[in-house]
Amino acid sequence: MAQILFYLFAAFTIASAAGVVANKNAVNAAMCLLLSLVGVAGLFVQLDAYLLAFLLLLVYAGAVVALFLFIVMLLDTKSRASASFKKLPMFASLVAFGLLLAGLGTFVTRGQLESRPLHAVPALGANLKLYAYQLFTTYLLPVQVIGFLLLIAMLGVIVLSKKYDGPEDA
Amino acid sequence: MFDFFFQLHPVIQGTAKGLAVILVIFPFAGACSLAERKVSAWMQGRPGPNRAIVPWIAWVPFLGKFLQRLGVFHLMADGAKFLFKEEPLPGHVNKLYFVLAPVVAMMPAFTTVAVVPFGAYFDPAGRLIPLALANVDVGLLAVFAVSSLGVYSLILAGWASNSKYPFLGGVRASAQLISYELSMTLSVLPVFLWINAPGQPGTMSLVKAVEFQSGAGLHWSGVWFGFLMPLSALIFLVSLYAETNRHPFDMAESESDLVGGFHTEYGAFKWSLFFVAEYSHMIIGSGVFTLLFLGGWNPLPGLPLATVAGWLGLAGTPLLVALLSLAVFLGKIVFLLFLFMWVRWTVPRFRYDQVMKLGWQKLLPLSIANLVFYALGIAFLERG
Repeated sequence: MAQILFYLFAAFTIASAAGVVANKNAVNAAMCLLLSLVGVAGLFVQLDAYLLAFLLLLVYAGAVVALFLFIVMLLDTKSRASASFKKLPMFASLVAFGLLLAGLGTFVTRGQLESRPLHAVPALGANLKLYAYQLFTTYLLPVQVIGFLLLIAMLGVIVLSKKYDGPEDA
Repeated sequence: MFDFFFQLHPVIQGTAKGLAVILVIFPFAGACSLAERKVSAWMQGRPGPNRAIVPWIAWVPFLGKFLQRLGVFHLMADGAKFLFKEEPLPGHVNKLYFVLAPVVAMMPAFTTVAVVPFGAYFDPAGRLIPLALANVDVGLLAVFAVSSLGVYSLILAGWASNSKYPFLGGVRASAQLISYELSMTLSVLPVFLWINAPGQPGTMSLVKAVEFQSGAGLHWSGVWFGFLMPLSALIFLVSLYAETNRHPFDMAESESDLVGGFHTEYGAFKWSLFFVAEYSHMIIGSGVFTLLFLGGWNPLPGLPLATVAGWLGLAGTPLLVALLSLAVFLGKIVFLLFLFMWVRWTVPRFRYDQVMKLGWQKLLPLSIANLVFYALGIAFLERG
């Protein structure tokens, strides 16, 4: 049962992720992204990481993709024909794809993944308290760094989007 | 009778329970639309819907007339009208998303109901067994996560309609819903700070929230969180009105400046699905508010379910206790629904900039200050 569910959710996630890339209509692509996130949340539930699953739904599916759609709707991209590929970006993306493939290949063939039995792996995403504890101890620095990055991004957006005309505008 | 049910396969049991809950919520939401019209009529000093009658019932001497005046048959008439009306599908819409949007509107309401406990009884050992489709530990987080997906129905409806007013309604609604989600989430944190005592695995369970309001007698453990944390309750309630797109936060619809808002292009059954979805969201939202701030299925502060069941001599019969808790819970929900309508027919609609200002400049700082205050207070109490 669990095996079947895993394959179902995995196939669903990958198929909708492919849909994000392949779709020319930006709204369709965003909806595919939403479905893909729901699939990932399903996979998290199968790993007993209920908290992570619902956080993923709450933050990414509920807010981030909604904002994507919001922007897509405002830009109204559907009337514009998609630009044909230029040579330099094409070359660059091919190189990047090759590098990614090579990296994945070495990871799969030579990587020394620590393969502990399933019950020995600590389920940090399963329990509210464990998750919060890890967030405020082991992963405190990454959390702070990401928070700072987001703050910088927000300031950048405000500076870029707000046009100051004169002193009375402030 | 019950043994037969419990011998069935768990999947069949779950499906049956889920269908039963949906079969209650759907007509209940429909009845809310009638109640809305009756309440508005009552507040404006007119009789309201009072004409529809089924012939056979009209022959019953006293009761027939009474039911006609009450307007209960308008519910059936409305339902039948929406079922048999022609389904218009405007030529300029994006068909897939246009049809999908009303379905997406119903989905969060019927999914979140799975994790909302709506009653309780005591097993022979005296333990509290909640009546819920799924009593999960992430409780409230699941409600928030799934209900946050409700914004897609408004966005999709507004975008797929491919005309100006629905589009404006959709854009407004998506901005509003995302804005008020923040203060809503922050406002309930003090409740869970209170519940999660040190030394226990953390929980977001709604059942636990009710258990913490079930103390008996004149003791602070029996005080409902609504009285203990009035500001949290107020912020949650205001955000709830905004999240369910109710007056005075009726930005998605605002029929005076946007014709019909996001559902201008909709008609017949698809439109009625939006309507039922709005009321279903109100019912679920009222349920969550009751569980968090109004003591859930406990009849009065300091007077928990167990005490009242003992007085009435129901202690040995779980079925009657469950019915009692269900009645108390539903009574509170009905009161909150009435409050929704009361506000709708009293307060005028905000302007859009006022909605944004209230959300970001008033409620959000207030909820953060509230959280800090209770965090410090609880830490102080814990130490002392």
